[in-house]
Amino acid sequence: MIDKQATKRKNLISLIAVLAFLALVLALDQIIKPTSRMYMLLTVLQKGSVYALAAVSMNLLNGFTGLFSLGHAGFMLIGAYTYAIFSIPSDARDTVYQYFDAAVRISFPELLGNALGGFGTALGVLISVLLAGLVAAVFAYLIGLPVLRLKSDYLAIATLGFAEIIRAIFQWKKLGPVTNGSNLLKNFARCSTFKLELGGTTLSLSTFVPVLIATVCIAVIVLLVNSTYGRAFKAIRDDEVAAEAMGINLARHKMLSFCTSCFFAGVSGASMAMVLSIAQANNFKSAMTYEILLMVVLGGIGSISGSVIGAMLFISASEWWLRGLDSGTFLGINAPDVFRNGFRLVVFSIIIMIVVLFFRKGIMGDRELPEVLGNLLRRHASKPAVKEAQGNE
Amino acid sequence: MSEKKNVLRLDNITMQFGGVVAVDDLSMEVNEGEIVALIGPNGAGKTTAFNAITGVYEPTNGMVSFLGAPVVRNHPQGKMKKQYKGSNAEKFASDPVLNPTPDKLTALGMARTFQNIRLWKTQSVFDNVLIAKHMLRTSNFFSATFRGNRAEEEKQREEVLELLKIVGLEDVQHELATSLPYGKQRRLEIARALATKPKLLMLDEPAAGMNPQETDELTAFIGRIRSEFNMTILLIEHHMDLVMDISDRIYVIDFGKLIANGTPEVIQNDQRVIDAYLGVEDDA
Amino acid sequence: MNLWNTVLPYILSGISVGGQYALIAVGYTMVYGILRLINFAHGDVFMVAGLMMVYFAAAMPLYAAIPLMILLTVLLGFTIERVAYKPLRTAPRMSVMISAIGVSYLLQNLALYITGGLNKNYPEIPWISDKITVFGATTTRVTVITPFLTVVLVFALVFLINNTKIGMAMRAVSKDFETAELMGIRINNVISATFVIGTFLAAVGSLLFFSNYPGIVPTSGAMPGLKAFVAAVFGGIGSIPGAVVGAFIIGISESLIKGLDTILLTRGLIAEQMDFSTFSDAVTFVLLIVILVFKPTGLFGEKTTDKV
Repeated sequence: MIDKQATKRKNLISLIAVLAFLALVLALDQIIKPTSRMYMLLTVLQKGSVYALAAVSMNLLNGFTGLFSLGHAGFMLIGAYTYAIFSIPSDARDTVYQYFDAAVRISFPELLGNALGGFGTALGVLISVLLAGLVAAVFAYLIGLPVLRLKSDYLAIATLGFAEIIRAIFQWKKLGPVTNGSNLLKNFARCSTFKLELGGTTLSLSTFVPVLIATVCIAVIVLLVNSTYGRAFKAIRDDEVAAEAMGINLARHKMLSFCTSCFFAGVSGASMAMVLSIAQANNFKSAMTYEILLMVVLGGIGSISGSVIGAMLFISASEWWLRGLDSGTFLGINAPDVFRNGFRLVVFSIIIMIVVLFFRKGIMGDRELPEVLGNLLRRHASKPAVKEAQGNE
Repeated sequence: MSEKKNVLRLDNITMQFGGVVAVDDLSMEVNEGEIVALIGPNGAGKTTAFNAITGVYEPTNGMVSFLGAPVVRNHPQGKMKKQYKGSNAEKFASDPVLNPTPDKLTALGMARTFQNIRLWKTQSVFDNVLIAKHMLRTSNFFSATFRGNRAEEEKQREEVLELLKIVGLEDVQHELATSLPYGKQRRLEIARALATKPKLLMLDEPAAGMNPQETDELTAFIGRIRSEFNMTILLIEHHMDLVMDISDRIYVIDFGKLIANGTPEVIQNDQRVIDAYLGVEDDA
Repeated sequence: MNLWNTVLPYILSGISVGGQYALIAVGYTMVYGILRLINFAHGDVFMVAGLMMVYFAAAMPLYAAIPLMILLTVLLGFTIERVAYKPLRTAPRMSVMISAIGVSYLLQNLALYITGGLNKNYPEIPWISDKITVFGATTTRVTVITPFLTVVLVFALVFLINNTKIGMAMRAVSKDFETAELMGIRINNVISATFVIGTFLAAVGSLLFFSNYPGIVPTSGAMPGLKAFVAAVFGGIGSIPGAVVGAFIIGISESLIKGLDTILLTRGLIAEQMDFSTFSDAVTFVLLIVILVFKPTGLFGEKTTDKV
């Protein structure tokens, strides 16, 4: 019974922490202006939340179910395109589809925005985002049927190949009316245009929206991982033969995990399109999958909070903190011959290699943030008592 | 024997790998409430037979029936049709082939343990047993994720605790499964199998790697499980003491073939069994 | 123009590309056979070999540049194995694969830093870059010699594996890692030898491959590397002849897809450009998924069963 109360309290604290974080992001969104030096923080939050969701969804598959898939970029591509295609307003369509006759002539944000006003636009964006996830999940189902039977590294290479096939299909000229061929999609509902009119004041939502999407999705993944299905996934990861012998249908559960992971990969793709204001197939190369995988490894395979931390650190380091390494001066050292374009990524990949080789468990191992913080607090609380005892001697 | 209900029945099970016949025309039955042992020297084909029953392998020929209904059935097909060295190749040829995956058989009520313990190593003792309850869920993916299954989850957790108390592991329930001593890991594996509420418990060499004292404890434990749960048990073992102590009936195989069956007393005095275990000098 | 004349140039260039893939694929298949590791960095080693050639050729005569490039590439392969894979020998397979991806990331970023991301022109190598005419189709000499050189090198390798002590050790290690170790085979030497041979072939392959292309960028190695790996899987991973056959099949299919529009147009089968060439990379992966679904062990692979 004490257990139950403690769990309830923990859940409540987590909920409050998440809400406080969201409120903070909303506030930062208003305070920091694009001209400010701290604007980088918002960029990091936007991109970081996109990658955090991508990393967590990959972790669900690689870390929690033990299915080593490298097709993430492909599913994010599907999500980004689905979102973009269904969110381009009608008056922008002809400029976007310059060389083609656009086949999809529906924009959910516009359609619902016209009918219901501002709330409708938001609902339309939500529908497009969900659709992005669903289409990615449907593709995942189709590819999962043949490839999920494959063993670890064969599965990795098959999914990697699938992502490349998807990239080619989306760039095919014959599908131009839908995908705009190898040209980029733009002018759809995107973060920089998200605003909330509230009693005369205008609130900017450009950072809040992607962070909110990531937070909600990650929360759902946390719920899933801790449910009976999540436990079954972990059993499959730990010992497939034992899992099957204990009545867990491998094909069904692997498929569930794969489709769920790809659903959220699709959502993160949509979110990425929103943040970058463009969608282009050529950005979703296997290098993107590798980067996401390295974020997962950095944070710790099998830890959701680890993936979030990994993604945020990865983006902060590569976009912000290590920027000086590329532009001549870093930590006050001025050496333009060494600190030139690309040095940042070299340093960064060396750090990654060090983590991979010497800190194989990553930052969090397979633990979660509340647990680690709880331990820290407890240790901190017991320290003064120890000192006192020593003083008495 | 006929007054008792038949739980498991094997008809002419043959398992051939390439040219090697590992199990040859094995027929046996296990009745309700019995403890039946399948014994034989190392390499006799015990574990192969076990794997053919539980769906890990497809038997090359033969049929397994569970609670009176056929659950596994095969006959030599494809390449094997020419290579087949066993007998009764035609017996099941006209019947439809049944090749369920192990989880389907577990769902029907067969639960097993493994010779080389296979616990989920990153999970706690409690969770190892709880995961086995997954099979009995009524919730679906969405209701489980969004916690629409609170009552069921509560009930399952209580049942798991109950089970852990019975097998004497409730004091270590929060420990990592693999941190337990060997004997307790065995017990946990049995508890995990029991969590699926089986009608037949199948133990694959439960005493493998145990010292005499641990084996004695295990013998008592298996006896207790039988009486506590009124469980039917099929046991594979080559620890003679354990088998003779608790089995109602024993089947003995050697080189894949059934060489004797009967009560422990009969088996103990069977010359072929003694020969198989001690070896016969051919050129004496 | 008859069908043969239309198709021939594509087949020829397919055979040539296939030969280059084969040289990379052998490295993959050997490493996989022994370590069960997809060496994701292999394609990037191939790219680095190309870049080294660019820099060396500018600084010294070719007869010095080529051996130096091969030597340093081999050294790179050896070092990668010692630094990034050896410490993880007992770690789960996924960790080693991640390490390989990390090395690949590092090599690409290093190349990006050194080249500044610019396209580097590959040096003209006299004689092999010359234009010649075969069966009425104009091509470079490298196109013609690649398949022959590949076959010669692969035969030499097969000879080495079947008839030398180190070859026997390699076969033993790939059959059973632990037992081979117990039998007194120095595992680390065998693995190093495997990497040395694999990277040597990749270095030769890069010489042939990049002679056919105008330039190199840091990501130039990724796609040929992946395709070569697919070739290895296609042929049955662990099997050297399989990797070679797989590489030729993939090279030819890729080349035919590139020319499919032209072929179909000249045959009058389609009325307008269909842009099938978009799929020249994707076709490799379609072949991969098809083979994995229908014959997961590849064309020449051996079947293994898991023990319960």
